[in-house]
Amino acid sequence: MYQYNNFDTGFVRARNAQFRDQVARRIDGSLTEDEFKPLRLMNGLYLQLHAYMLRVAIPYGTLNSAKMRQLAMISDRWDKGYGHFTTRQNIQFNWPRLVDVPDMLDALAEVGMHAIQTSGNTIRNVSSDHFAGAAADEFEDPRPIAELLRQWSTDHPEFQFLGRKFKIAVGASTNDRAVLKAHDLAVRVVQNDAGDAGYEIIIGGGLGRAPMIGQVIADFLPRADLLAYVEAVLSVYNLLGRRDNKYKARIKITLHENGMDRFRALVEERFALIKPEFGGRDQELLARFREDFAAPEFIQAPLGGFETAYGSDPVFASWVDTNLAPHKNPSYAIATISLKAHGQTPGDASSDQMRLMADVAREFSHDELRISHEQNVILPHVHKSHLPAVHARLKQVGLATANIGLISDIIACPGMDYCALATARSIPVAQQIATRFDTLKLEHDIGHLKVKISGCINACGHHHVGHIGILGLDRAGVENYQITLGGDGTETTTIGTRTGPGFSYDAILPAIERLVLGYLDLRQDAHETFIETYRRLGAAPFKAALYPVGRERNAA
Amino acid sequence: MSSPFSPKVVTANDLNCGDVVYLSAGGHWVRRHKDAELLFDAEHATKRLSFAQAQHAQVVGAYLADAVKDTNGPSPVHFREVFRARGPSNHFHGKQSEQKNVSV
Repeated sequence: MYQYNNFDTGFVRARNAQFRDQVARRIDGSLTEDEFKPLRLMNGLYLQLHAYMLRVAIPYGTLNSAKMRQLAMISDRWDKGYGHFTTRQNIQFNWPRLVDVPDMLDALAEVGMHAIQTSGNTIRNVSSDHFAGAAADEFEDPRPIAELLRQWSTDHPEFQFLGRKFKIAVGASTNDRAVLKAHDLAVRVVQNDAGDAGYEIIIGGGLGRAPMIGQVIADFLPRADLLAYVEAVLSVYNLLGRRDNKYKARIKITLHENGMDRFRALVEERFALIKPEFGGRDQELLARFREDFAAPEFIQAPLGGFETAYGSDPVFASWVDTNLAPHKNPSYAIATISLKAHGQTPGDASSDQMRLMADVAREFSHDELRISHEQNVILPHVHKSHLPAVHARLKQVGLATANIGLISDIIACPGMDYCALATARSIPVAQQIATRFDTLKLEHDIGHLKVKISGCINACGHHHVGHIGILGLDRAGVENYQITLGGDGTETTTIGTRTGPGFSYDAILPAIERLVLGYLDLRQDAHETFIETYRRLGAAPFKAALYPVGRERNAA
Repeated sequence: MSSPFSPKVVTANDLNCGDVVYLSAGGHWVRRHKDAELLFDAEHATKRLSFAQAQHAQVVGAYLADAVKDTNGPSPVHFREVFRARGPSNHFHGKQSEQKNVSV
């Protein structure tokens, strides 16, 4: 894992000191809110419905135990003893007092973390595959590239006042676990026919009010050209992008209005101009980052204990079957810790849970943790012989729910329980769906199903790419929920299609239940997943389940 | 002819802790919706909002929100204001945990 050097530490401390002074001047009245707001947003501090919110970046979702323990400490000391992990690999503290935020930032700096550029019209936290460095199917660990992009984009003087926010993601597998095509810019490590590695660059993806799937601007960029090319894309967007209307300011609209041919030509012109300035320094840094992210020294141990536990403990076996993914070392597994216990808030972890995850990571996962965009925590490197102990420890604090990829493993944005932009609540809808299908004891029978809920059109809950997407809106002063079907956030990214009229807060759970029970009747056999059945049959039979004749009054 | 003025309260967030606050008839910032001054007249409401917005060292983002007269004082109309007056629905935090008998 990358560790801050003296330059990084000095930079973050200086920035924190600057913000401490700005907070003091806001509190003593020297700065108005209009003057202070852009300063606090540059440091990740929002004002939400009930309180301030501090959004802390977890670059490419990677944490070690020291960082996780510090997040727990911060939540106990200055917040309400929990944190909320988001769909962009950040953690949000929902209840800080303004006067305490400088101390929180200093505490983050102690472990090499910060909240810089987690808000505002800048390049945001660089996200990545949460199985990076561990997945059996990856071409290489994408995190050295993510770290290179993080360092390049942090405080980059040309890109502090973009027309709008800019989100970058990095992947290195044919299986996309980072929603690459829904990002402003995505980098994917690929291999050409000659066996050489290079980068596919995708731009113009995004969800929100005008969802668009990213397009390939460069299908095979040589390794050495990455940083200069990405800088050229940003430079072109910065000048060409609209600033007259914030809803038309994202790069997806710039691309849509100008066309890929024109945009690409401008990028190539800019790239030719700036490429000589890079001079190979970026490649030296990248080589160093590769060493920082070298794989841990995997242990060798017999697997007998794992096999015995798997055969004798059905609860453990269920967790193994549901929450593990293949590791590149066959004696290891990637274990996903569900932050979706039935009825709990998706993505929330208490300070006790954070400390336990830190302990387990230190003892059993080579001191590594990952945060996924699906709001779960990953132990990337667990030797299979340790899995029974890991499961037993997780169980002690309610973290052993076996539901990864199932109907209760829901992405939900904070919605109107916290967010000032929200138009309806998301969290209680997720809680009700999870609780209901747990009560019905149907979720393992239903199988793989991605439900994603957003509390406004900005789509932080990724509803457009949910197999079932739910969008909460304000319709004439009442919460109303629209359903989309057929979305997909993987390498076969698809924007879901709206089914028809929305449902009231009280009617959304029964509607989802009708839809899912309808699927069970429609599928060919227990192996055909919801999305496969939808693709085979189309929307019509699902709509028939959702809007039964004579029940129209449920919908509004 | 313009539509009749619907009653309102002045609300904002406290500068230091971010908590939802309301402007009382006495010109103080209070924590409970029912203690807010209910404004029945457009001209008076505009004046009270200007007064609130000038207090930038105490509060952030003052605005007028619809409210109705209730037994114990004003009640919010829109669900967003109901949630602001109560706290989040997933954790027993915010006003609902800090005040006895939170009456929105």
